[in-house]
Amino acid sequence: MRSTWRTLDPGLARDIALVCLADGVVGLSYGAISVGGGLDLWVPIAMSLLVFAGASQFLFVGIVAAGGSPIAATVAGLLVNSRHVAFGLAVSDVIGHGWRRALGSHVMTDENVAFALGQDELRHRRAAYWVCGIGIFVCWNAGVVVGALAGSVITDTDAFGLDAAFPAVLLALVLPSLKDKATRTAALAGSVVALAVTPFLPAGLPVLLALVGLLFYRPARTLEPA
Amino acid sequence: MDNPALVLAAILVLAAGTFALRVAGPLMRSRFELSDRVQQLLSTAAVVLLAALVATAALTAGHTHAGIARPVGVLVGGVLAWRRAPFVLVVVAAAATAAGLRLLGVP
Repeated sequence: MRSTWRTLDPGLARDIALVCLADGVVGLSYGAISVGGGLDLWVPIAMSLLVFAGASQFLFVGIVAAGGSPIAATVAGLLVNSRHVAFGLAVSDVIGHGWRRALGSHVMTDENVAFALGQDELRHRRAAYWVCGIGIFVCWNAGVVVGALAGSVITDTDAFGLDAAFPAVLLALVLPSLKDKATRTAALAGSVVALAVTPFLPAGLPVLLALVGLLFYRPARTLEPA
Repeated sequence: MDNPALVLAAILVLAAGTFALRVAGPLMRSRFELSDRVQQLLSTAAVVLLAALVATAALTAGHTHAGIARPVGVLVGGVLAWRRAPFVLVVVAAAATAAGLRLLGVP
């Protein structure tokens, strides 16, 4: 891991730190919202350590706190997290084998996958993935504990515009990949599909259906026949 | 919360299921040797998912639209990123725009 730290360029390290910090603030709100919604202290803390997937955690707590079935909340959460299968296929080379595979998979998030995809060399991809993943894990869990204990300090992160910051973070990270015309076409088509079905389908499914956009993926340099 | 045991069981199932989804990719990849073409397609799939996540997170909330402040904030961040502004500026400008608009009463 020591070499991983040295590989990281200072500018990239600063960008990663900023994302970790922002995730920590969202963690604060998650802890506070959960306890404010009537759940025991251990619920948000256990979920953040064991599940460690923000969107599905918010969804789970929202359903259970509103009196919904924990089973329905679990199914909804799994649906939202299903995109990780595709992420895992894309970044398996940076995760590695043995204990690294288990730990590296657990710290997989939208953010560190996006950071990794933005790097050219394998060692840089690996460094960005691991440092960002572990950093978010630490900040998120610390934020959740503080938020759950403090109760109603920050329940509305919208007031700080954090809800706009997160899509902007991911957009900035995928923008270099979108310079490629074929990728851009696929991403645009997929986004249109996801937006079109959002009013009708449960959370998580629209983003998954965006993979339909791959039908429009025509890479320029195809030498061998398909 | 009337049944802590059920909630705990639900959390454990969600945790195990989420881990299985995350580790599935690396496990599958260690079994097969993939061509460059397929690897390129897998990277593109991840980019397509992230782009759709951006679009839905920027424009929708639940089953309806996200109002005005959030999409405008994301747009400001996106334009700055496109103009190669520093990442910190992109993030802060997106958040500040959305927060500022809400302060002015824009939904």
